Amino acid sequence: MKMNVLVRVTLLCLLLLSGTARAVIETYEFSDPELEQRYRQLSTELRCPKCQNQNIADSNAPISQDLRKLLYQQLEAGANDEEILDYMVARYGEFVRYRPRFSGATAALWLAPVLLLLVGITAAVLTLRSRRGQRGGAATLNGDDEQRLQDLLGKTEKNS
Amino acid sequence: MAPRLKLFLPLILFVAMAAFLFRGLSLDPQALPSALIDRPLPEFSLPVLGQEQLIQRSDLVGEVALLNVWATWCVSCRVEHPYLVQIAGDGVPIYGLNYKDDDAAAARWLAQLGDPYRANIADREGSLGLDLGVYGAPETYLLDAAGVVRYRHVGVVDERVWQTILQPLYLELTGKSSGG
Repeated sequence: MKMNVLVRVTLLCLLLLSGTARAVIETYEFSDPELEQRYRQLSTELRCPKCQNQNIADSNAPISQDLRKLLYQQLEAGANDEEILDYMVARYGEFVRYRPRFSGATAALWLAPVLLLLVGITAAVLTLRSRRGQRGGAATLNGDDEQRLQDLLGKTEKNS
Repeated sequence: MAPRLKLFLPLILFVAMAAFLFRGLSLDPQALPSALIDRPLPEFSLPVLGQEQLIQRSDLVGEVALLNVWATWCVSCRVEHPYLVQIAGDGVPIYGLNYKDDDAAAARWLAQLGDPYRANIADREGSLGLDLGVYGAPETYLLDAAGVVRYRHVGVVDERVWQTILQPLYLELTGKSSGG
């Protein structure tokens, strides 16, 4: 019984430890839950300029901490999403957004998936068509076979 | 003829892909284009390192100069420091931006290793760094006489970087054809 209590206490301690281990990234108190929602949204959409393949929500680089703090301050100051993104882009370039604005430089990025999809559909349609054409050609029967087919069809019709 | 060509399609695709990947080998994925190139240096008003006195944007403007972002916690800054001292000795004006650092540690650093800077801006909170789009030290900005950012180098400024990239631009901006 005593052992059991000890095990339970140990487990509880481990559980508490895991909580602190996960809380490495600082938390901010928002005055409005809607702001917190937007903070989550924007921090996953902004890219860490230093680590490049992480968003600022996931990264623990000093620059990401600064950007999160800035994001928090701007949200609390009442800036809208567009203003915040403009502010970030003015400093770190379009690179900082995971969803860059559509422009001459990013046109290829935005249009490539659509173009590739169209190419794929076209290729698929052309392939299927040529196959159907072949099958259609092979489906013409000679006189004897045609006669047998009609006989068989006639039989099944009588049976049913 | 058409089916023959089809046979070569995988080869053509492979060659095209290989060309792209080969190009990728010589690209630096860490190099980001600065959003600030050909734009004026942002306004600021920050204390001079180790003093109460404030330094403004207007104090830096007026001649072609380098703005070097450094900190005592930055290992690469220690690597480039002797070279900065050397080019400052050749008469290149360098301003320092002491980025998110401790003033006392920075003063010790300059006392020990030499001070190549005309003046040091103490950006303790990193606010000017943010306006400049700094994402790690060291970074070096080349300013023209009107205070417009003309070039940004991320990483250590050594002899190679200075002679191949920064010095030609510097000389072009100062209007000197050769010699510093």
